[in-house]
Amino acid sequence: MIEMDDKSDFEPKIIGFLCNWCSYAGADLAGVSRFQYPANVRVIRVMCSSRIDPQFVLKALTEGADGVLIAGCHPGDCHYIEGNYRTRRRIAALDKILEKYGLSDRVFLEWVSASEGKRFAEVVTDITNKLKELGPNPHKARWEI
Amino acid sequence: MKIGVYVCECGTNISGTVDVADVAEYAKSLPNVAVSKYYKYMCSDPGQLLIKDDIKELGLTHVVVASCSPRMHEPTFRTVVEEAGMNAYCFEMANIREHCSWAHMHEKFKATEKAKDLVKMSVAKAALLEPLEKKQVPVTPAALVIGGGIAGIQTALEIAESGFKTYLVESTPSIGGRMAQLDKTFPTMDCSACILTPKMVDVARHPNIELLTYSEVTGIDGYIGNFTVTVKKKARYVDIEKCVGCGLCAEACRLKDRVDDEFNENLGKRSAIYVPFPQAVPLKYTIDPEKCIFLKTGKCGDSPPCVGACAADAINHQQEDEIIELDVGTIVVATGFDLYDPSQKPEYGYGKIKNVITGMEFERLVSASGPTEGHIEINGKEPEKVVFIQCVGSRDKEGNEYCSRVCCMYTAKHAHLVRDKIPGAEVIVYNTDVRAYGKGFEEFYVRVMDEGVKYLRRELDDQIEVVENGDKAIVKAEGHPDIEADLVVLATAIEQKKDIADISKVLKISRGADNFFLEIHPKLRPMDTATSGIFLGGCCQGPKDIPDTVAQASGAAAKATIPLAQGKIDLDPQTSFVIENNCAGCGLCVEACPYSAIELMDGKAEVNEALCRGCGLCSATCRSGAIQLKGLTDHQLISMIKSSLSEVF
Ligand code: FES
Repeated sequence: MIEMDDKSDFEPKIIGFLCNWCSYAGADLAGVSRFQYPANVRVIRVMCSSRIDPQFVLKALTEGADGVLIAGCHPGDCHYIEGNYRTRRRIAALDKILEKYGLSDRVFLEWVSASEGKRFAEVVTDITNKLKELGPNPHKARWEI
Repeated sequence: MKIGVYVCECGTNISGTVDVADVAEYAKSLPNVAVSKYYKYMCSDPGQLLIKDDIKELGLTHVVVASCSPRMHEPTFRTVVEEAGMNAYCFEMANIREHCSWAHMHEKFKATEKAKDLVKMSVAKAALLEPLEKKQVPVTPAALVIGGGIAGIQTALEIAESGFKTYLVESTPSIGGRMAQLDKTFPTMDCSACILTPKMVDVARHPNIELLTYSEVTGIDGYIGNFTVTVKKKARYVDIEKCVGCGLCAEACRLKDRVDDEFNENLGKRSAIYVPFPQAVPLKYTIDPEKCIFLKTGKCGDSPPCVGACAADAINHQQEDEIIELDVGTIVVATGFDLYDPSQKPEYGYGKIKNVITGMEFERLVSASGPTEGHIEINGKEPEKVVFIQCVGSRDKEGNEYCSRVCCMYTAKHAHLVRDKIPGAEVIVYNTDVRAYGKGFEEFYVRVMDEGVKYLRRELDDQIEVVENGDKAIVKAEGHPDIEADLVVLATAIEQKKDIADISKVLKISRGADNFFLEIHPKLRPMDTATSGIFLGGCCQGPKDIPDTVAQASGAAAKATIPLAQGKIDLDPQTSFVIENNCAGCGLCVEACPYSAIELMDGKAEVNEALCRGCGLCSATCRSGAIQLKGLTDHQLISMIKSSLSEVF
């Protein structure tokens, strides 16, 4: 069988933190509905997006991730009342630091509900394309030293 | 430490895209992995046995299964490892089906690489998982049912019959819901009230049911087995202990026959003090605070005539809302539906042309208890030509994309009723497909056609317009000659309740793209919500006819009864815990916790495990990493991040 994948192109590696109740379920639905999207995201399931400590995002970037996706329930829909409002504030604060290092456009905060399988596939396609255009995480090599 | 890795082929669901042999082989090279295998169906009996045997023979301490979503089978495999003597929480799952093989079907190489990464990450996390102990808590042996339509009535009766205290909360003054408004029911033509009212009376009489009408759920706290529910009993301005339902007050009311009667779809009039319909349960009067002259202005003539008329001295204009708290173990949501407002589509002329009414209005018109006592009349005349238009607000790409499932059949029922009551009448049904899928539906549809009802087909996108012509309405449907009708009936869509935003805020349960409440699994768990202990019954989950509503309501009742019957439930041990030495006692976590599960004791944070729901918000808030979530510690998460990015492990 002929392998159609083009391995020469840059393939960004993305860490995806998904909350169990909405976004992880949305990603499940994308699969069940067979919506196809690029295989670049490595998903880490958390119970709520509010579990995501900004240090995890920084850790992922310093370890060489090309992008980080944080996805939670839509505002007002968090399974734990208002965890996602906290997430939103935290990521906004984190963004200030990321900006300094030119990493701001590598971190994506998205709301994906359990019924939005299609949207999950679109979000991943979208950010994969954006990261392909941006190229590899420039700090990757430096941090490796 | 010995980790076992098991990769599932899932028939060809996974192996059709992911090279499972390669993944299993790769897993052998990962640290701490003692054994790695792949098998056709890991969740099947032989698959489970494979894991159990290895745990016993090789003394595995941790197990990773790479298969479907943990939302599907994590509980299954936790039980499997537990049965073989391993701790259930030393188990980890890698989702290589929903998140991998199904999503990357044309990229076999990349999918296989991703599957390897996902397994690697799970192994990295598994190595850090520690045994957790399950705790049990007692369940409050009572249930709450929200909504008193046929779904809520059915649910409440069945839970109560099982021997448990059941609170039935209904927001309007009477139970009965939409079904009480219907005249006949398709396809059997049973009289709706005749089959419903005995059930309503059963509810009122049942020793295990406490009925709270004209009441709203305003808050829910706690978790499965131990919910605390706040209910607002709205002021009725009538003491229901004293009211005997005689109706003398309504007769005396200064607004008698002057207030729009919502039970009759505003086709009739009532007083400001009223019961929604004669068979209301409870048969207790309520003062409409929006209309009552005394409540609005502080005076009504010399003294309110209702007060004078009431021999039981039941009327109390000073009554206030009352807030009560209920303790329950489980909750069933049966809040029902609203109907599409066709004035949103001006082409139908609804609201402007008198001859155009909705199906529900027709229902009241044809009902013997309705404003015309069952005479079908429009502008005081019996119609000679009636046109029904289906799919108004349903199957609409711009609006509700779904099919409302009942309109085809209720239109057939209405058409039959017109022919029955006005034998000479000409009846035309504009349909866009007739969906007669249920038991006895097709037979009923054929019967109605045989009775002389003319079915004309349109395409969904075909133009249709209703224009006024003197005392008649002309229906102009694309591809058909114009029809001059005396009465036009619109089959309007079933929609989620208009105040759903408020309801879902209180309940914290999600909605789907169609706005209806979302079940956790569309096929296997149609009554479960994402919040354990809260179940769905009836149309709040999606459009249904009465038999389906009753079936689902019974299912929800059974579901809600299980924890009550068990008497205790396992608490998820994946709660937060404090590493005391690191805790500075700053109290940030205490403030952040949405469940007030954390307290400062002697300058250190302390977690109440029964209240903690395991969201992990505190952990991300803590500046010193002193509060951690079991099963999702910083350490575990970071090891997943690192392993996913390292070229080696
Ligand atoms: S549970 Fe999804 S964001 Fe909180």
